[in-house]
Amino acid sequence: MHEMALAQSMLEIVEQTARDDGADRVTVVRIEIGALSHVEPEALRFCFDALTRGSLADGARLDIESTAGAAWCMPCGMAVPLARLGEPCPHCGSYQLAVFEGDAMRVREIEVASTRRRARAPLQGEA
Amino acid sequence: MCTTCGCGHAETRIDGKPIPVSSASVRDGEDPARRAPTGSGYRYVRVTRETDGHGQVHDHGAYGHRHADGTWHSHRHDEEDARDAACDTEAASTPAEAPEPVPRIVSVERDLLAKNDAIAAANRRFLDDRGAFALNLVSSPGSGKTTLLVKTIGAWDGRTPIAVIEGDQQTSRDADRVREAGAPAVQVNTGKGCHLDAQMVANALSRLALADESLLLIENVGNLVCPAAFDLGEAHKVVVLSVTEGEDKPLKYPDMFRAADLLVLNKIDLLPHVEFDVDAAIAYARRVRPDIEVILVSARTGEGFADWIAWLERGIQEAASRRADVVAALHRRIAAAESELDRSAAE
Repeated sequence: MHEMALAQSMLEIVEQTARDDGADRVTVVRIEIGALSHVEPEALRFCFDALTRGSLADGARLDIESTAGAAWCMPCGMAVPLARLGEPCPHCGSYQLAVFEGDAMRVREIEVASTRRRARAPLQGEA
Repeated sequence: MCTTCGCGHAETRIDGKPIPVSSASVRDGEDPARRAPTGSGYRYVRVTRETDGHGQVHDHGAYGHRHADGTWHSHRHDEEDARDAACDTEAASTPAEAPEPVPRIVSVERDLLAKNDAIAAANRRFLDDRGAFALNLVSSPGSGKTTLLVKTIGAWDGRTPIAVIEGDQQTSRDADRVREAGAPAVQVNTGKGCHLDAQMVANALSRLALADESLLLIENVGNLVCPAAFDLGEAHKVVVLSVTEGEDKPLKYPDMFRAADLLVLNKIDLLPHVEFDVDAAIAYARRVRPDIEVILVSARTGEGFADWIAWLERGIQEAASRRADVVAALHRRIAAAESELDRSAAE
């Protein structure tokens, strides 16, 4: 189940970003998973929930944005939709397809919360 | 600062940090309550991006929030009505020394595999610098990868140094077999892991004392799914399919066949005894990877090995010539730098 490894790298990216931003907590993680990518979204969600316990992203909601696949059909000379790898061009039936969209696995953005003002060290002269 | 309304879009900061425009991702018409954390008790503050009457796109912060009764609304900076005034009173009553958590959106835009890919790129540089030709052999368990490796070591016959990285969940049985065949081998045990990743290969490379212009064969964990996603720094993924499996595997496991540059169809000595349509298997593989190369072999009898060895030799030559190009380019740069130094010294 490579989704566990992917969830682990996702958590590393999320925690690093949150720390760099001075956040205390991650509330939402928004990712893009292409229909032709190497990942099963529900398995990834399961691993994410398991791995985030005790982390900055504990209890965070995972929003998965699914992007459709698209390929360049050589015989047609045009971009065509591709729901799954191994399917033909919907127009000409050819398999001479070069995928150009729908294989991404990306962390798009996160929503974070912080109480940094409370954590700020007192300035000189402050009580 | 916006000179019409006085809002400071270029100075929008939350907790002292500027917000990149790309992170201001709120779209008009979106139901903000859906995005506001429910039951969390904190006010929801976000950066909105809008085009205002004076034709400038800019960011406005801290205008939306949830009230104690659960209703949510946002303020426009140009709509100072009574409700807003009431909210301002509410906001002002929040003690400054104990602020509530302030949610905000941070843009990330990073590939899930970014870290693995960076390590893989370093592995690839390491291998290129040594003129090594590295292959990542992938297949389901039992397709004959290890037998193919062992027979390849014999058939390679010392053309160049050869080394093996073996990936399995447990045991060093495969590395032992490879060492018996006369090649140095490092066994990587992935434990519960289902695939090799670039870091495992980097660790193995540090133990391998790889000779220059080596043929490096990396045998991945027997798994036709997970290893597809992970670049190890190899020149090519090679997928091994045996005729005792179904010829429709390329359609069932398209990720792997799409990731591979070469399909080695193994155990062809068994073709008379099994129902396996070679042409269909190749056609299926080319449905997911139109330009995949195909070599038919029997690791047991050695049939087809002439083609396989010739393919490996071409790879070794390409790796060596890539390295020669790099070395020649470096020599040119050193010569140029030396003549520059000589000129400086003469002046």
